[in-house]
Formats: sequence, structure tokens, C-alpha cells
Amino acid sequence: MSTETAQREDARGTQTLTFGKAINAGLRRALSDDPKVLVMGEDVGRLGGVFRITDGLQAEFGPERVLDSPLAESGIVGTAVGLAYRGFRPVIEIQFDGFVYPAFDQIVSQVAKLRYRTRGRLKMPLTIRIPFGGGIGSPEHHSESPEAYFAHTAGLRVVSPSNPQDAFTMIRQAIASDDPVVYFEPKRRYHEKAEVDLGADLSAMPLGAARVASPGTDVTLIAYGPLVKTALDAAQAAADEDVSVEVIDLRSLSPIDFGPVEASVRKTGRAVITHEAGQFAGLGAEIAASITERCFYHLEHAPVRVTGFDIPYPPSKLEHHHLPDLDRILDGVDRAMDRPNSLTGLVEGGA
Amino acid sequence: MSRNVLSDPATEAADPIQLVAPDGSRHHHPDLDAVLTDVNDDALAELYTDMVVARRIDTEATALQRQGELALWPPLLGQEAAQIGSARALRPDDFVFSSYRENGVAYCRGVDLDDLLTVWRGNASSGWDPFAINMATPQIIIGAQTLHAVGYAMGVKFDGGDQASIAYFGDGAVTQGDVNEALAFAASYQAPVVFFCQNNHWAISEPVSLQTRVPIAQRASGFGIPALRIDGNDVLAALAATRIALERARAGDGPTFIEAVTYRMGPHTTADDPTRYRDRAELDAWAEKDPLIRVERFLATRGMAVDGFREAAEHRADDVAEALRQGLIAKTDPDVEDVFGEVYAEEHPWLARQQEHYRRYLASLDDSGDRTPPTGEGDR
Ligand SMILES: Cc1ncc(C[n+]2csc(CCOP(=O)(O)OP(=O)(O)O)c2C)c(N)n1
Ligand SMILES: [Mg+2]
Repeated sequence: MSTETAQREDARGTQTLTFGKAINAGLRRALSDDPKVLVMGEDVGRLGGVFRITDGLQAEFGPERVLDSPLAESGIVGTAVGLAYRGFRPVIEIQFDGFVYPAFDQIVSQVAKLRYRTRGRLKMPLTIRIPFGGGIGSPEHHSESPEAYFAHTAGLRVVSPSNPQDAFTMIRQAIASDDPVVYFEPKRRYHEKAEVDLGADLSAMPLGAARVASPGTDVTLIAYGPLVKTALDAAQAAADEDVSVEVIDLRSLSPIDFGPVEASVRKTGRAVITHEAGQFAGLGAEIAASITERCFYHLEHAPVRVTGFDIPYPPSKLEHHHLPDLDRILDGVDRAMDRPNSLTGLVEGGA
Repeated sequence: MSRNVLSDPATEAADPIQLVAPDGSRHHHPDLDAVLTDVNDDALAELYTDMVVARRIDTEATALQRQGELALWPPLLGQEAAQIGSARALRPDDFVFSSYRENGVAYCRGVDLDDLLTVWRGNASSGWDPFAINMATPQIIIGAQTLHAVGYAMGVKFDGGDQASIAYFGDGAVTQGDVNEALAFAASYQAPVVFFCQNNHWAISEPVSLQTRVPIAQRASGFGIPALRIDGNDVLAALAATRIALERARAGDGPTFIEAVTYRMGPHTTADDPTRYRDRAELDAWAEKDPLIRVERFLATRGMAVDGFREAAEHRADDVAEALRQGLIAKTDPDVEDVFGEVYAEEHPWLARQQEHYRRYLASLDDSGDRTPPTGEGDR
């Protein structure tokens, strides 16, 4: 290893990084910390990935550690399973959310179940990185939010960072985890910048922990991944209307850290959950049900969900309708707060 | 150690079949020539014109993307001969299953120019009515369409029809499970389908050598499917090969695999920067094999006035480009009702309720589309 590389790896200070560069820094650290870590996926080597998240890694670690995979997602995940049998820790990039489905069988039937099937004799320390979500004006299959399928699958951990610091820390934690982790990257936030402490202690906040992103007292707003920023903006706008919103960034979608959620809802008595994915049988349903079970006597209003619609992801000229934005979240906050809102006066019939 | 019992995969193929060389000279191949007897100078000039138009569609769309009128565009530059030659072999009642890059094929199918670009503008997920031009909505999921083509062909066979289907896919796609399953199913059912693989040498940044160690056409024989490997920059070879494959399909002889060896002269899409992964020299070498220039040269050897028919072709291309641009700019943005429409054929109360809630939400916004902060107490 050259001294220059060694120095770069030793960098433990604080740097201003984009979300994408923070993941890149986390991958670089993992590759240099553990020779069993491999990065694999379509176009991740020479090109550095279509989003450049793996930029420079092949040049630094070589084509045997950073592999351009032949074009087949099932092949990538299936061979990663074999590599895990052999003691490797593969970190896979799925190029876009909508391209994970050819690998779904390997993920659900093999990756998720092998530890259980072998009574713990086999570890499956895979990390499956998936850029996900909309808002970048892409064609079909490039804007999906498939997290619920994976959260519904026992044996997988599912996480989604919302900011550069978490992106850096959580990718390292995901790779270090002996469980398979599906790591959803909010692609529309790749270019957002923040200070990242490259020396951050991995044990300070575990991979599964939720955090209060912004404290408040009137209503709890639960978000993850791309919508955390939107939720924080909504909290600020609500403050102008004298509504105090507490924003919780879930970070982990399976398991969900209900501690901070419960504590917050006990305090506020009101909860709004937001995600880009469709509503039906989505994460919001699980969260709303759990809040109801755990905080029933503290609730002043039924949990409110502000989500994408239950439709195939629409063409990009229509995506602004589908994606929850600041105003739609505030309308949900109004509903949870019993303030006039878009559904005021609606008398619903049967169905 | 060598064990004689092992067969060697043939890693070197003979040169792809070529009828018109880059210098315009005409090579002869008895089987291919036999299906081209009707192709006279006029027919050649028409194929040439189609290629000029396809290239112009591409240039125009790339310009429209640069001007912000399109979100993205996947260029076909360099692949005109493969697309035009194969598409002009089809009958209108054959059915095409393509990827995103077959815009030259769509043109040959007679797509309404107003519909060609809508997907890339973000107006719709599908530009044309598949049954109006017998061409499926282009496929983005790599390789998925090959299975659809096989299924369609199975249906033709079950119905006793004499149509065929054709699947267009790339060199990257041959690694996908779907494509390999499609080959297995096609062989099993002896389905009347043509597998038309445009080996343009790249799958985004991945060279074809990453996908296969043998020429792609050789994959087919392992599935029991006869294959041809042609110069994909030779419009006559593409036309003849596809005619032969279609003839076999209609005669009940089952599937055929064609590997058209060509080159993606442009970026993968307008969002791609190929200078990050490929050499200028490779591009320059392929520029020498340009599919349009060689037809000009060939026609010149036949004594045709090249300037004249080039000018005529350019005229036609100008008209198409103008229609394309005007059609695109005149398109109105999709309506909010399109968000919820056509998800299901039958009634769906959950979605109907969601749509109703969203209507109320939109109605609650002010004229500029902003939420008005509530005043007074709500009644839930
Ligand atoms: C299942 C799936 N995986 C990944 C992608 C992303 N992707 C789009 S095009 C492409 C390369 C395809 O190469 P090839 O089959 O050679 O066709 P070409 O683009 O060269 O026409 C990739 C990897 C995708 N669209 N679908
Ligand atoms: Mg290709």
C-alpha cells in the first residue's frame, strides 16, 4: 500500500462530503479494514457506478476486490451467497431499485434464510446497496421504493440512511454486520452535502437505532431515507404556524427501533408517518399498527399516513403528485392535529 | 494438463457474414443472396433512406434532450443497419418485442412520430399502442422481452398462424436468466421466434468480453437453436439473415438466433460519459465501418448518382425531424387523472378512495397550488 493511500485511510477528521462521497468513503474504509470485503455489481469498477458511488475503488483496490459483474442480478446475488460460504463479505450494488427483482428469489429464498436453515453455521454477511426512490425525473423502473418487500422478509435487516454522516457510518456497520443488510440509498439526496466525522465511533449508535432528528411537542412525524429532509422542512414550516413537530428518522426499517417512536408519541399523542412507497401494506401500516398497540391510551388521533399512491410509479411528469411533499405532509399534520385539512367534512361510505 | 475428452469452446468465430464491405464492395453468399433477389437499386435506396432517417431521429432526439425537451435519450448511432435491415424483413402482422434502443425499428413499424418520444419526455410509460404497429412497448428491464417474444410465438403456433415474433436485445442481456430461459422455451416449443441480438460491444461501461468468452451466436447451439452471425453494420446482411429466420419460423422450423455485430457509436444514454471507459481508437476504428457510408459506396459502384439520392434522403429526414420536434413540443403534459387511471381493469375501492382523497387535497390548495394554512377549528 502506498503511503499516500495509507494516509488517506488514516484520515479520521471531519470533512464536508456529499451523501454519495460519504458512502464511497465508507466503502473505501471497509475495503481497507477487511480483506474479505468485496464490492460487486454492474458498472461499479471502471466506471465507478452510474452514480459514481464506487468511484476510484477499483483503481485503488484492484479488479479482484471491486468487480464489474456480468449483467444479471440473480447471478450477482447468487454468487455472493457462494462467496459468503467461502468467508467473503460481498457488498453488492443493484444499479437501480427496479432492477432488484431478478435477484428477488436469491435474496428471499437464499440470503434471508440460510442462517436459519443451517442453524447459524453459515453467516450471510452480505450488504445489498440499492439506490431507491423518485424525484430525479427518471423513466420507468428507476424510481421505486421496494423496501416493504424486504422488510417483510424474515432474515434480512433493512436500513436507509438520510444524511451523509449516517450514510458513512451505516454502510460500515452494514458491512460489519454478520446478517444480510439491504441498504437503501435515497438517490435524490446523493448530492447533498454535510460535515462527516470520518472518525465516528461505530458503536456510538447501533445500525438499528432510530433518532430524533428534530425535537418537538405537538405531533410526531416519522420518516426515513429521502423524506427525512422533507419532514424537517415541514417541521420548520409548521413551526411558523405554531405547531411543534418532532421528527423521527427511523434509519432502520427492519427491525424498527420503536423506543424513540413510543417515547415521542406518548409525549405528543399524535403521529404522522410518511414514505414514498405506496400505502397498502407499506411500512406505514406496520408503524401505525405498532403505535396503536403500544401507545393506545396516549393517542389523541389515529395515526395518519402520508405516502405515495398505490399505483405503479408514474411517468416522471406526474411524479410530483405521487411523492409526498412539504404541503402534503403538512396537510397530514393538520389532520393529526384536528386542524382543518383537505379531508375536513368528508363523510366516508362503506368500502 | 490437457484431457482430450473435453471439447474446446471455440473462442474465435469466423468473420461475421458480410454482403457489403465497408469499402462498398459486394461479397457473395449463396444462401443470403438467394433471399435478396427482389432487392434492386430502388429498394437499396429505400433502405438507405430509412437509415438516414433513423440517424436523423437520433440526432434530433439528442438535440431535444440537450435543450431540455427530453429527460433522457438512448442513441442508436451506429446501429442503423442492424435495425433497419431486420425491421424491413418483417411483415406488418409479425410482432416485435424490443429494448429501449430500437427506435429505428419503431420507425419502420410505422410509429406515429408524435408517439416516439413521449416516454423519454416523461409524459407516459409507453408511447404507442402496441397493437397499432404490432410492436410491444419498449422494455427497460434487461432481457425480459425475450420471454414475451417466445410466449407470443407459442401463441401463434397454438393458433395455427403464420406470423412470427422477433426479440431485440443487447450483448449485455445475454447474461440474464430471462434470455437463457427464453432460448430454452423457444427450443422446447419450436416457437416461431427470431432472437435478434445487437452486439454493440458495450453494456453501459461493460465490454462484451465480460459477458461471454465465445461469440454470442455460439450460445444458441447449446440450446439447439440454429444461429447466424452477421456484420450488423451491413444492412443487406441484416435483411437477408432476418428473412431467412422468418422463413424458417413460418415453415414451422422453429426459432433462429441472429447475432448482429455492430457498435454503439454514442453514449449509452445522454446521461452517460463513455470517455470514462473506452478508447477513442476503438471508436475511430468503428467509424470506418459506418453502415450508411458503405451503402453510398456500394450504390456508387452500381453507377447511381450518390449526391442525388443522398439529398433526397436528407429531405425526407428533415421532414421527419421537423415532425418529431413539432409533435413533441405540441404535446400537453399528462393530466393528474392519468396518475390513477388504468392500474386495474376492474373496480378497486381502495384506489378509488385514495384518488378521491387526493382530489380533495388538490381542491384544498390555492390557485398557485400551495397549501393554505388552516384557520379556525377543524371538525375532522
Ligand atoms: C434488470 C436490469 N438490470 C440493469 C439495468 C440497467 N441497464 C440498463 S441498460 C444496461 C446495459 C444493457 O446492455 P445491452 O444488453 O448490451 O444493451 P445496449 O444498452 O447496449 O443496447 C443496463 C445494465 C436494467 N435496465 N435492467
Ligand atoms: Mg450492448
